[in-house]
Amino acid sequence: MKKIILSLYLAVFSSVGIAETQTGLDIMQEVKLRNTGWQDMSASLDMVLKNKNGDTHHRLMQMKVLEVQGDGDKSLSIFNSPKDVKGTAFLSFTHALEADEQWLYLPGLKRVKRISSSNKSGPFLGSEIAFEDLSSFELDKYSYTYLRDELQGTIDCFVIETKPQYEYSGYTRTIVWVDKARYIPLRIDYYDRKNSLLKTQIFNDYQQFLDKYWRSSNMSMENYVTGKSTQLLWADYKFKSGLTKRQFDKNSLKRSR
Amino acid sequence: MYFSRLKFCVSRLLFIIIMLTISPVLKAWEVSGYVGLESLAFIEAPLHDSQHQHYISGVIEAELYHEWDNGTQSFAFVPYFRGAQHDSQRTHFDIRELTWLKSAEEWELRLGIRKVFWGVTESNHLVDVINQRDTVENSDGEDKLGQPMINLALIQDWGTVDLFILPGFRPRTFTGEEGRLRPEPAVSDSLAEYDKSGFERQVSYAIRWAHSIGDWDMGLSHFYGTSRDPVFLVKATPDGQVNLIPYYQNINQTGLDIQATLDSLLLKWEAIVRVSDSETAFASTAGFEYTFFNIASSGLDIGVLAEYLYDSRGLSAPTVGQDDFFVGARLAFNDVQDMQILAGVMVDRVSQAQFYNIEASRRFFESFKFEVEARFFNGATPKYPDYFLRQDSHFRMELSYHF
Repeated sequence: MKKIILSLYLAVFSSVGIAETQTGLDIMQEVKLRNTGWQDMSASLDMVLKNKNGDTHHRLMQMKVLEVQGDGDKSLSIFNSPKDVKGTAFLSFTHALEADEQWLYLPGLKRVKRISSSNKSGPFLGSEIAFEDLSSFELDKYSYTYLRDELQGTIDCFVIETKPQYEYSGYTRTIVWVDKARYIPLRIDYYDRKNSLLKTQIFNDYQQFLDKYWRSSNMSMENYVTGKSTQLLWADYKFKSGLTKRQFDKNSLKRSR
Repeated sequence: MYFSRLKFCVSRLLFIIIMLTISPVLKAWEVSGYVGLESLAFIEAPLHDSQHQHYISGVIEAELYHEWDNGTQSFAFVPYFRGAQHDSQRTHFDIRELTWLKSAEEWELRLGIRKVFWGVTESNHLVDVINQRDTVENSDGEDKLGQPMINLALIQDWGTVDLFILPGFRPRTFTGEEGRLRPEPAVSDSLAEYDKSGFERQVSYAIRWAHSIGDWDMGLSHFYGTSRDPVFLVKATPDGQVNLIPYYQNINQTGLDIQATLDSLLLKWEAIVRVSDSETAFASTAGFEYTFFNIASSGLDIGVLAEYLYDSRGLSAPTVGQDDFFVGARLAFNDVQDMQILAGVMVDRVSQAQFYNIEASRRFFESFKFEVEARFFNGATPKYPDYFLRQDSHFRMELSYHF
């Protein structure tokens, strides 16, 4: 009896108290739900690093991702250029709140190294993309607050504030513009630890795969502090190729290229 | 007339058919590698008249790679050549890799010449016993000669078991008369002695189990056969000439390597027990690496490393550290040029002799890489094996083009 009263009490008060935050979570739940069931994905990535003077550098890689239900995804990235790091590969088992598991394969030494995954905020291959920006999206990683409705370009969006709940994040919060019709992110503003605007990521050229899953083939990340930008050009998206967890272990890391 | 025209047409057709069949195959072959120019400059005058102050060398390594059968089969060929000034022992050709690989859901089979790496520590690689070290290539001991092998990996939920048959023993190459970083007299590799002969000398066997559980990565291995690192015998010929002779023992070596990855802290431990006819030896390297990531949001990572190296064989140990401490720092700038610096010092606990090692590398113009290594020896005392390196502090620079 006591239990029932207590839970009623909680139900009444919590529904009043967190009505606002519930909306944000609902929207992001729908984002996650609509992007569930793709099983595995592979794609090639041309990362274009641009500095203040407009000089560009390309980083080419192959990426494979295995969807893991109820946990973070597994991913394998194989670098093709610059040539001196060709064949270097990076294996990552992401988790929502626990530390990710990461291994690096160094082809010159044929060495597989387990590396620390505490490096969330550091740059990925000298780009404006941080390691945490590449990590798979899991609901438990953030808390959500619905802010407002707003147009992003011509598209009607929900604007949601997210706050990282995992350790070592370089952000206090991010603001995400979610397309109301398709439930996909169109823009993310990243705020650094001092809560000042650090970066903006824009998702362009969305394509739909398997009549369900939307993927951007052109993402840009602009850093307001360094004046540098990074463009991610994705191509050759493939889904449901029958990849298994065997393609994401230390053995396959050793023969990846 | 008719026939010659027909012949012409047929040969042209054949040519086109052949080109059509070959071109996708050729397209599927990947060629990569690097060429480099190296300068090895010694600070002090050599101890021996035959040695020099400065050495130049050139290097080329290419990789020919092809995969088929949906990536489950592949072939790799990696020839290697260094042409070196003065020291003819350092001019060498090697096949680093010539392997066919077949992978399935629960096993992987590799046939051919390959390199294998085992272990976790940075200052020493105790458990890493499959390949002979290419010690004339670089004094850091990180380079290896290709080893012929049959390697079957069995992949299970409880870990991976690798089985190795290693036919073909490869003796170590040593710096010649004119080279630096050598003992006096120079090692006479042609007089090498072995415990075993014939088939027993040539063929070694190994097995390794490796697994990851949560924060822990571990490996347990056993090797039986001709040891890759020799001990040395001092022998005089009847006419009084003293020779330094490598002696390759037949050994049973069990190795253990463990790494715990606890946020920014890595704990590492390697240990071996090695049994030969003459002795049972124990050696261990243990330590940690702690990394401060993305310092002040600059992208810079600074890692601090410390390891302790022990070997029960003491001064006769074939490894660098028998009772030594290693401390070092690793700087990764994570910039577009991928600038990295590794600096460390190894100190002998008893003699306090020091060996300093600084390595820096940086990329230029997308395809060029520049590496500088500085190695300094200080405080070696006569009864220690590093005494023969007392004048050999040096800089090594290499500029390479990657394709």
